[in-house]
Amino acid sequence: MPKLYTFLKYFFVILWACFVIAPFLWAISTSFKDFNSVTGGATYIPWLQFEPTLDGWSVLFKPGSQGGINIIGPYFNSIFVTLTASLISIVLGTLAAYALSRYTFKAGFVKNNDITFFFISQRIMPPVVLSIPFFLFLSTLGLLDSLAGLILVYIVLLMPIAVWIMVDFFNRVPKEIDETALIDGCNPFQAFFKVVLPNSVPGMLVAGLFCIIFGWIDFFFAFILTFTKVQLLPVKIVALNSSITPWWSLSAAALVSVAPLIIVAFIVERYLSKGNLSGALK
Amino acid sequence: MSLLIDHISLKPTEEYHLNDVTLNFNPGKMYTILGRTLSGKTTLLKTIAGLQTPDSGSIKFEGADFLSVPVWNRNVAMVYQQFINYPHLNVIENISFPLKQRKMEENIIEKEVKEAMEKVGLIGFELRKIQELSGGQQQRVALARSLAKKAKILLLDEPLVNLDYKLREGLREEFKKLFSGSEASKSILIYASTDPLEAMQLNGDIIVIDEGKVLQTGSAKEVFENPATAKVAEITNDPAMNINKGHIQDNTLVMNNNVQIQIPDQLKSIPNGDYQVGIRATDLFLDDNGFSFDVEISEISGSETFLHLRNNDLKCVATIEEVKTYEANEVVKINFDKSKIYLFKETGELLHSPYQQ
Repeated sequence: MPKLYTFLKYFFVILWACFVIAPFLWAISTSFKDFNSVTGGATYIPWLQFEPTLDGWSVLFKPGSQGGINIIGPYFNSIFVTLTASLISIVLGTLAAYALSRYTFKAGFVKNNDITFFFISQRIMPPVVLSIPFFLFLSTLGLLDSLAGLILVYIVLLMPIAVWIMVDFFNRVPKEIDETALIDGCNPFQAFFKVVLPNSVPGMLVAGLFCIIFGWIDFFFAFILTFTKVQLLPVKIVALNSSITPWWSLSAAALVSVAPLIIVAFIVERYLSKGNLSGALK
Repeated sequence: MSLLIDHISLKPTEEYHLNDVTLNFNPGKMYTILGRTLSGKTTLLKTIAGLQTPDSGSIKFEGADFLSVPVWNRNVAMVYQQFINYPHLNVIENISFPLKQRKMEENIIEKEVKEAMEKVGLIGFELRKIQELSGGQQQRVALARSLAKKAKILLLDEPLVNLDYKLREGLREEFKKLFSGSEASKSILIYASTDPLEAMQLNGDIIVIDEGKVLQTGSAKEVFENPATAKVAEITNDPAMNINKGHIQDNTLVMNNNVQIQIPDQLKSIPNGDYQVGIRATDLFLDDNGFSFDVEISEISGSETFLHLRNNDLKCVATIEEVKTYEANEVVKINFDKSKIYLFKETGELLHSPYQQ
């Protein structure tokens, strides 16, 4: 029985791994192909089945005048906007979540849960609904087509995620820990910064991971709110598309754009799997 | 030097959490707040600590108003029933946290922390992480932290309830030793418990509390022998004292149609009328000439057996000094130790105790 279980376990894990990894392998091999290799039927092994070429990759870095799209600028724009917006969202979100978890707010019929739901409701709306208000909003502020404008919009989009995750996290931290800190001579701010915050790192990491993912993959708002001066990676990559779909450079662009997420996920996963942090507060 | 709680009430919702509580605590003494779950013990401790503010009333400590002092400036320590420590700090950092917070000198902190760790037997665990400790050790850390502070008021909220039986017995003994030391004579110790046996063992002053109201204060002996009301008698005994309606008529104590007891001499002066009759589970015994009772449930507890008995509408619990399995609905003959009968007025006040002179 245990043998069968072990077999099944590995069988499904390997099956799932293949399912997840296969598209990556496919994209990697495609990125080194040219027009003929892509249209000439399914081939997998370079040199043996097709002649590898760096054309797909070089398009990404060549300036427009040479027929490329030069993603380096948009790449750093994307990293900057995503990281800044995520960082601000986590800081504000954590503070808001702590307040929502520990203090009682009441304004008429609006209570803590309603406020929390208000935050989450920002994510329930389809993005299209927000597009025109955001456009007018940024245009009034003169922040259209600017990094600051994008960061502002992304904070609105990402903070609900941070609040949501952190409220849930703080609700699971016994409030007796805060009380003990108060009894041990901390004022409420010291209690938060000296005791609650150091123990909230796992929650903040998870919230951060989600913020970065959702910020990084956004195409819609980046597309609507920017024109020429500032461009983000997803928008730039779409510019690759022409009458003949350049699968090779699209694959290369896809790999380049997913790379930071993989790195972030690995770092967070390392940190979380140290174990003693995630289980610190129960 | 004393802590004076004067008519404090707290009523956040429909029900009172604290109802007109007036108490006086003196240093060098141990006080046990005894009450059932949700009786207001924790609320009372939190109010003393400053984590909760009463709606009315005042608290004075060493003659000065205590309510206007924020928690972090009150010199109190508190140990919770959950093992509350700072998970991001190791053992020694946990214990020194309140001292560092008070900005005491390094060498004094080191000395105090070492002393506290010795007292609770944590030497050798200095650099361990909290999560690497067992429940009992975690509670020792919390205890050491509260001891190292040398707080003037030490609040212990059912500190042993989440520990296993053996550990509980051991730590309780240590508590008694710790709190009888010379250091202890400077501070007020308040220990909350739901367990009457624990309260008796700690042998301090007992404060019986129920539904936010103080029902009785007095020494363990006093509360045991002369519970002020039938409610107190229920709370301060485990199993709860059997309280049943009965009436006295012509020297006979009538519990119901079947159970009628010839009253002993010391009760002869009690006039005829309706009363609440109390008798401890331990004062019921098996007797072939006794009254017939149906067994509803029997539980084995250590070397004893608790029998939940019923005779028509008369229900009671008897502690039998042997381990024996009884079937449900089995009929047993039970008698009462007449010399141990308590009588309470219908309204609950104590009328007669077997220990009264």
